[in-house]
Amino acid sequence: MSTASVDALQRTAAIVRRRIVEMIGRAGSGHPGGSLSAADILTALYFHVLRLDPENPGWPERDRFVLSKGHAAPALYAALAERGFFPVSELDRLRRLGSPLQGHPDMKSLPGVEASTGSLGQGLSFAVGLALAARLDKASWRVYVMLGDGEIQEGQVWEAAMAASHHGLDNLTAYLDYNGLQIDGPVEEVMSISPVADKWRAFGWNVIEVDGHDISAILRATRDARETKGRPTIIVARTVKGRGVSFMEGKHGWHGKAPNEEQLKQALEELDGLASALAAEDGRPGAAGEDGEGTSG
Amino acid sequence: MTNPTEPKKVATREAYGEALVEAGGARPDIVVLDADLSASTRTQLFAEKYPDRFFNMGIAEANMIGVAAGLAAAGKIPFASTFAVFAPGRVYDQIRLSVAYPRLGVKIASTHAGLTVGEDGASHQSLEDLALARVLPNMTVIVPADGAETRAAVFAAIEHEGPVYLRLGRVPVPAIYPPDKRFTVGRYDMLKEGRDVALVACGLMVEVCLQAAVTLAAEDILAGVVNASTVKPLDEETLTYVASRAGAVVTAEEHSVLGGLGGAVTEFLSGIHPVPVVRVGVDDRFGQSGRPGELLEAYGLTASRVADAARKAVALKKGR
Ligand SMILES: Cc1ncc(C[n+]2csc(CCOP(=O)(O)OP(=O)(O)O)c2C)c(N)n1
Ligand SMILES: [Mg+2]
Repeated sequence: MSTASVDALQRTAAIVRRRIVEMIGRAGSGHPGGSLSAADILTALYFHVLRLDPENPGWPERDRFVLSKGHAAPALYAALAERGFFPVSELDRLRRLGSPLQGHPDMKSLPGVEASTGSLGQGLSFAVGLALAARLDKASWRVYVMLGDGEIQEGQVWEAAMAASHHGLDNLTAYLDYNGLQIDGPVEEVMSISPVADKWRAFGWNVIEVDGHDISAILRATRDARETKGRPTIIVARTVKGRGVSFMEGKHGWHGKAPNEEQLKQALEELDGLASALAAEDGRPGAAGEDGEGTSG
Repeated sequence: MTNPTEPKKVATREAYGEALVEAGGARPDIVVLDADLSASTRTQLFAEKYPDRFFNMGIAEANMIGVAAGLAAAGKIPFASTFAVFAPGRVYDQIRLSVAYPRLGVKIASTHAGLTVGEDGASHQSLEDLALARVLPNMTVIVPADGAETRAAVFAAIEHEGPVYLRLGRVPVPAIYPPDKRFTVGRYDMLKEGRDVALVACGLMVEVCLQAAVTLAAEDILAGVVNASTVKPLDEETLTYVASRAGAVVTAEEHSVLGGLGGAVTEFLSGIHPVPVVRVGVDDRFGQSGRPGELLEAYGLTASRVADAARKAVALKKGR
């Protein structure tokens, strides 16, 4: 992948982050921390990896992405909207009565959402079912799933991990959003998951460790996963919860809290600064401005 | 009875957290478990005061219930807390086999029950937990109506031998009782006598029924209000009394109309004193995101819907 396109993805990720913070701020509730930590991976997936057709969200040959950590719905919604599944203006209706943008993803209400999630620990099993179906049909589409590091404390995750390797599901790639935090504090203090890579290896998975904010590393690992035969791959992605908003970074208190008006303003300033810095590096006008800041600011 | 000197609203989950701290001092056998929601369930208050007797099990509810059962079998009084959608919802068989069947004294105190979870939406709104919990043999099911009743119910649960499911809410609710309210498992309070129809409610619908009774009184329909805070075992004596006195019953709960308080009351009365029972609750469907008040309105959990149901019950009675 050329550096030019990685640059473009980084700019898109900055827009996705902006949308996340803005929609949660507007809604007055939601989960910014784990949405922001997942933003680079979701951008890489929706703008480079996944074979999709936003005009035809039910296209049978599409790749499937399951957001197992469903509380990061704002990141998924931002990526889907930017990718053209529905108008960006819909993001304003996050968490409102009657909105297709439910607090947690609902596959029956919003095009592009592949699984209803929100109760943690269930998405990997669902993804195993999808991957088994693809294999039965000799289909070429692939299955991707994202898990939280707190989420993998759920026993069901390990039941699914066992099943995926038992069936040699090399059409399945998981991403672990390894941000080190859950609601009540650091994952290692609440309930240790260490050594995380060894656990997945012991369950028969191919494990690749990357910096989850380095888009070229994410893409490289994803390609390696695709080329790995006979077993599923998990990409253990080191991330920072709240990434991109200085006062949210690394703070578990920002797991499930919306910014107030003043905090929102500061967050958006920071993210716009990031977007223009990225654009300047690339000698192009500010990415957020380019994307019609007037309608969303 | 209503206490106008106490206008402050308190969430039942908050009263639960405070009651645990209060009870924990005198009872070193009380232990508390949570599954990464201690700030929300308010068990955090106990964790801060008695860190040695608090176990954060991580996001692993099934394990939490199993561990609580082991603690109970070895003489502890465990309170295990998460959201109602996860216990009893997610961990039903662990509760059934490890807790209810051996009749172990695990107190499952779940918060964020019902629609008033609000913006998190359907995935987090438990509208089925009363149905699930009450069909388990040996299980006691309690839904307190306000902060004072919650406190009293926590103390009653500690004294009660065997498993208890305590259903708690997220949003602050008005006080119905004075702070020194006492609680007896399986006994209902008649908050209001009424000759024409009995409104039998639990949780935040008790207050809603009190409001409905005022509306109905203006139409000369005298509605009694019963706080049916023990959904299992039912207070059969009080239910028989109000059914025979009024001859018409309305049930009201922040739960599906299937299988909860309405289901329990209907099952009981149909076999012993059949009268019309009109159930107010959430129709057979899932919740959704929205503000708590908006959702109660949209799903018909309002005083005006209770009043409609009461008029219907009275009409049914007369039509017989
Ligand atoms: C089964 C279940 N238990 C509890 C919760 C409540 N909950 C929502 S998010 C969360 C913490 C998730 O931590 P992590 O997986 O690390 O997510 P991230 O840090 O990426 O936000 C919890 C406990 C839930 N949604 N589902
Ligand atoms: Mg985490």
